[in-house]
Amino acid sequence: MTAVRDEGDRRSYFDHAATTPLRPEALESMLPLLTGEFANPSGAHAESRRARVAIDDARDHIAELLGAGPGDVVLTSGGTEADDLAVQGGWEAASATVDDDGGPGAVVCSAMEHPAVLEACRALARRTGAELRTVAGDRWGRVDLDSLAGACTPDVRLVSVMAVNNELGTVQALADVADTVRERSPGAVLHTDAVQAVPWLDVAAVTAPFDLVSVSAHKFGGPKGAGALVLRRGAEVRPRIAGGGQERGRRSGTPNVAGAVGMAAALDAATAGRAADGARVAALRDRLADGLAARVPALVESGRRQDRVAGILHLRVDGVESEALVVLLDEYGIAASAGAACSSGAVGPSHVLVSLGLDDVAASSGIRFSLGVTSTDEDVDHALDRVPQAIARLRN
Amino acid sequence: MPSTVSRRPSRDCETDGVRVLVAMSGGVDSSVAAASLVGSLGASAVVGATLKLWGGESDSGCCSVADVDDARRVADQLGIVHHVFNFAADFEAHVVDPYVAGHAAGRTPNPCIECNRHLKFDRLLERAALLGFGAVATGHHARVARDPDGTFRLLRGADAAKDQSYVLAMLGQDALARCRFPVGDRTKSEVRAEAARLGLRTATKPDSQDVCFIRSDVGRAGFLADRVPLHAGRVVDHATGDDLGAVEAVELVTVGQRRGMGHGTDGRRRFVTAVDVPARRVAVGPPEAALAAGQVLHTVTWVDGPPAGLAGGTVPALAQCSAHGRAVPCTVHPGPDGVSADGVSVDSLSVEFAEPQRRVAPGQTVALYDPSRPDSVLGSGIVG
Repeated sequence: MTAVRDEGDRRSYFDHAATTPLRPEALESMLPLLTGEFANPSGAHAESRRARVAIDDARDHIAELLGAGPGDVVLTSGGTEADDLAVQGGWEAASATVDDDGGPGAVVCSAMEHPAVLEACRALARRTGAELRTVAGDRWGRVDLDSLAGACTPDVRLVSVMAVNNELGTVQALADVADTVRERSPGAVLHTDAVQAVPWLDVAAVTAPFDLVSVSAHKFGGPKGAGALVLRRGAEVRPRIAGGGQERGRRSGTPNVAGAVGMAAALDAATAGRAADGARVAALRDRLADGLAARVPALVESGRRQDRVAGILHLRVDGVESEALVVLLDEYGIAASAGAACSSGAVGPSHVLVSLGLDDVAASSGIRFSLGVTSTDEDVDHALDRVPQAIARLRN
Repeated sequence: MPSTVSRRPSRDCETDGVRVLVAMSGGVDSSVAAASLVGSLGASAVVGATLKLWGGESDSGCCSVADVDDARRVADQLGIVHHVFNFAADFEAHVVDPYVAGHAAGRTPNPCIECNRHLKFDRLLERAALLGFGAVATGHHARVARDPDGTFRLLRGADAAKDQSYVLAMLGQDALARCRFPVGDRTKSEVRAEAARLGLRTATKPDSQDVCFIRSDVGRAGFLADRVPLHAGRVVDHATGDDLGAVEAVELVTVGQRRGMGHGTDGRRRFVTAVDVPARRVAVGPPEAALAAGQVLHTVTWVDGPPAGLAGGTVPALAQCSAHGRAVPCTVHPGPDGVSADGVSVDSLSVEFAEPQRRVAPGQTVALYDPSRPDSVLGSGIVG
């Protein structure tokens, strides 16, 4: 246990977009699989059959809630693996049907994608010679549809546009994105990273026009280490992991039975509570946003509220480095995020803000408060007390 | 830099409950520095920070994820909070870019000194002050002492072989008032023994070597070749101008270098006496031609202002011309840029060695020490 100056004092967690607590329903559903029902579902005995029933039931449930057939859900280790499988594995499958004379092809993604998609696209481009086209966002944090249209030529084989931006919380115009891509790049496989969408949106509905959809369990109250890629309309992926051919040959490795079961239970609970939770959390978020705007000068709220999911408030704090603000807020008992941490934990200018046209200084001034179903009025009161103090101190 | 600390703080910084931010590179020295602070101040008064300085590839120094992990795990073990600060943009602007530009102009900058000047003891001090820390600590082998009148002194580390006062010689009163070097009074072997006693994972980690942002398999030549055009040049005799051979890249040759310069007709080794990048020419000569009676310094800094008597004349000093070089007697007086309008500070400084010394390459730093207190740094300057 590390010591902070006000250890023992109140702490308020505003980093639900990074990860949110395990829902009680998920924990309860997983416990039997972590204890007595331990078997590998691939075996030919009664213990395995019980494990197989558990994972098949979970998969059926996930498929139903995400708008897919049961055979069209690939269970993965999380959102990043689902994104990589979609981008790189989806590209390989799509390319198998392309004439060899068709050139190296092109892949399109928005410039504000999570690194799981951006880096998968870059790796794909390096590996295959495909041209990578990234599409900038508009000043509201939404993918610019005109730029997307410009990027979508007939040789595009895969397009990836996230459902909800993880830093800003902006919901992308997925129906318009799909229309644009279908019209201009009719052969393209269409992927969306819906990792930030599940707790707030009806993912089955909003992602309906998409062929491939990634989700991650721990973003909606499931366990870490579990995710899924949904396949629709006959879309296919080539495996990225060689091995025993599990997941219908699309993803080898002994399945994470408890993870799948916990993901299904969390998805069920998130779906059932979505309307009520969404309204309550949006009210908390708005109270936080309005209260901070009233107490702190020169704050800029990113994106329009009507475009954003309930759980995310992203602010740019003029004259403050978000890296310092996050550290000071931590000491003040507030867990928030600068939005763009690299593997070492360092914070850099946000590539999302840069993609909206901001310079490096402005792109280093963003802070994200993300709320979840466990957020409370007391959390917001605490933040309204401490955040203005921290900003005032850093601006002094 | 914010002036939150007065030049002569009246409080005793060692005992007033100040909170300290310790820069943890993931090496043994800063690990023990952190442990020492925790021992004297308590864990709640100490926070560790690892600086992310270089975004490119490297295999040494303090930038790799593995080093951050080591620092974080040591902090966990000591029970202190640990953060990572990304100063990569500042590092590129203040250390890497000038390093590359210096070499392109035939100079040989010292990136460690510029990192200390601009990152550890400017950017980090500023960040620490913003966050409410009274001091920044590092694992450097140097000591800060305080005279009865309150003046801070920068002293050599207790371990002469590991002394790092040379790379800190640019620090002044404002910085020294807020610096802690907790391992400066220990030898390296004592530091390692303490790390082992505490069971710190960094106890046997090798010392970092060379320039932290240059991978050893790429080397300085490869690093520079990726960033600036390198030009082949001629090697000429310093006195006669006779053509003696060729070098692959004049930008990679350093004044004072003898490697690759061959021998004269008398069989003695030749040394580089001058590098002229625009002319693509390297001048070489026998050992005595590589000696200099003195050097002119710019970017002059003083630990406690210019020595009394400098404005009007000449002051004795000891000059150390490289990180582990010997300090040699010299005198200093205002250089060609003379005395500033305030009549005290000097923009350039002439150093006259008591005995001629190997010429110091342009871009390198000369640290000056006090002949009456040979462990005490007077100031520093960069060879013009």
